[in-house]
Amino acid sequence: MTTYIVRRILMAIPLLFLITIISFAMMQMAPGDPTALMMDPMIKKENLEAYKEANGLNDNVMVQYFRWLGNMVQGDFGYSLIRQGVPVSELLLARLPNTLLLMGVSSVIAFLISIPLGVISATKRNSLTDYSITFVSFLGIATPNFWIGLMLIMFTSVHMGWFPTGGVSTLGSPFSLWDRLHHLILPAFVLATADMAGLTRYSRSSMLEVLRQDYIRTAKANGFKNKTVIFKHGLRNGLIPIITILGLMLPSFIGGSVIVESIFAWPGIGLLFIDGAFQRDYPVIMAVVVIAATLVVIGNLLADVLYAIFDPRIEY
Amino acid sequence: MSFLEQKAMVTEPFIVEENHNYVHESIWRLMFRKFMANKLAVIGAFLMIIIIGSALFAPWLAPQDPSKQVLLDKLSPPGEKYILGADILGRDTLSRLLYGARISLLVGFASVAGSIFIGTAVGAIAGYYGGTLDAVLMRIVDAVISFPSLFLLITLVTIFEPSVFTLIGVFAVFGWTGTARLVRGEFLSLRSSEFVLAAKTLGIRSSRIIFSHILPNAMGPIIVSATLGVGGVILAEAALSYLGLGIQPPTPSWGNMLQSAQNPQIMLGAWWYPLFPGFMILITVLAFNFIGDGLRDAFDPKISE
Repeated sequence: MTTYIVRRILMAIPLLFLITIISFAMMQMAPGDPTALMMDPMIKKENLEAYKEANGLNDNVMVQYFRWLGNMVQGDFGYSLIRQGVPVSELLLARLPNTLLLMGVSSVIAFLISIPLGVISATKRNSLTDYSITFVSFLGIATPNFWIGLMLIMFTSVHMGWFPTGGVSTLGSPFSLWDRLHHLILPAFVLATADMAGLTRYSRSSMLEVLRQDYIRTAKANGFKNKTVIFKHGLRNGLIPIITILGLMLPSFIGGSVIVESIFAWPGIGLLFIDGAFQRDYPVIMAVVVIAATLVVIGNLLADVLYAIFDPRIEY
Repeated sequence: MSFLEQKAMVTEPFIVEENHNYVHESIWRLMFRKFMANKLAVIGAFLMIIIIGSALFAPWLAPQDPSKQVLLDKLSPPGEKYILGADILGRDTLSRLLYGARISLLVGFASVAGSIFIGTAVGAIAGYYGGTLDAVLMRIVDAVISFPSLFLLITLVTIFEPSVFTLIGVFAVFGWTGTARLVRGEFLSLRSSEFVLAAKTLGIRSSRIIFSHILPNAMGPIIVSATLGVGGVILAEAALSYLGLGIQPPTPSWGNMLQSAQNPQIMLGAWWYPLFPGFMILITVLAFNFIGDGLRDAFDPKISE
């Protein structure tokens, strides 16, 4: 198994290389000259050329790529074009905890709601309950989650005043856990909705697969209570494929965070990215894209490794 | 088969065989019948006909010019003058929804046509030829898939300036990976089948084997993925337009209509306004998903009626 994990990690390296190449190529396509934003427009032509020469902007594209890659591996993502003099890594570090908190709470919410629904759906197969859950999941897959967010803000925050409309905490008030949670509930829920429908469908089919097995019939024949059979014998095995979904959910969480953070003005990586996109702050855009793609690769890696650990039937 | 027929087959097998009168039904007719037997798929198809029809006939159906502003009527509630109300600039919501449907469907169909074309070509080449070419193409697919698509879309849209054509191009160029994997899988499994071997033995050119022998057999999954793809693109376009990075006002799109709903004036005083564009997105995507699932079942020979 160790060899499998090592091999799997080694396979991810060329992928990460390709990701950085694609990101770099996209930035090369960006119109305009980076110096145009940084320099006084009245600057003399020779001085501008000298600056470009000194900072390696006239170098070969390949040289520039490897310099960028080398710096990035050491945690240097360059400087923001808009907030001049601020390193991108500093911006990222300031925002990352908020995004991770949001994603963590969201995945807990998604699991807590979806898995029980999937299990109920599977055990009461073809009943009215099953059909209702399936129908709601269908609706959930087709509903844009920014619309759910908008509706929730409008009805629960603006009209009813139950939740704040955005931000991480009440401005100017001292830190309180309740206040933070209060701000967290809506965005975390909206982010969770992106995956809830799929996760419910997935746990339903996984559970159905398990309930069809011989050992479930044996357990029932041995006279175990239905509850024991479903939760002790069934769910434990049904959860194995669901665990791997955790890794595969990461991409949609990261993508969803852009939308959710911009609806709720949640100061995370997603909002940093959107602001960067509006201001054409290319170093920021670049850094977030590479980090997001890397997280996705890590997520897939994690899914495969977890599967290998939790399912002893699979040999490598 | 009734019990009597079964008995007849057992006792007099030869007679039954000689007098068999199977209706030779073409594969497409059989699929059509299976599709029509699926209630949700029929509902989806019905909804889609209505949506496409209202998009096509928007200029005749729309009660008003979608960009005509009557500031005095801003945020009128749904009623006699404005069936679904008016927006913050006093434009008729119903007319804007109808014209918005044109944009959503145009972006959806055109992007999927492009991405299916690229995906099928890459998948067919990778699956048919295999080897190093396959390995290289599939690693590229892995890399493109690894980008959370929204980040990629936003980055490209900021580089190329958002417009209907940029959106279609970006969705087409980055939406093909799923199709490529799917087509590759189909080609891999069909490549070693007898009929392909027979065609090769007859000395038929590779390009002809790919297009006229294998591709028709892989059409089912391609059509299904295209149908589901349209729904996905419509959702993504709405999200981008909502963020302000997609279709730019004044061109109406369901996504940018929702963007203007973030205004506190609407949130407090016109709660109905954001309901309609969201509902249209929901219904349209739902219709495509229903049709896609219906087609998948219809194309699956393991599922009988």
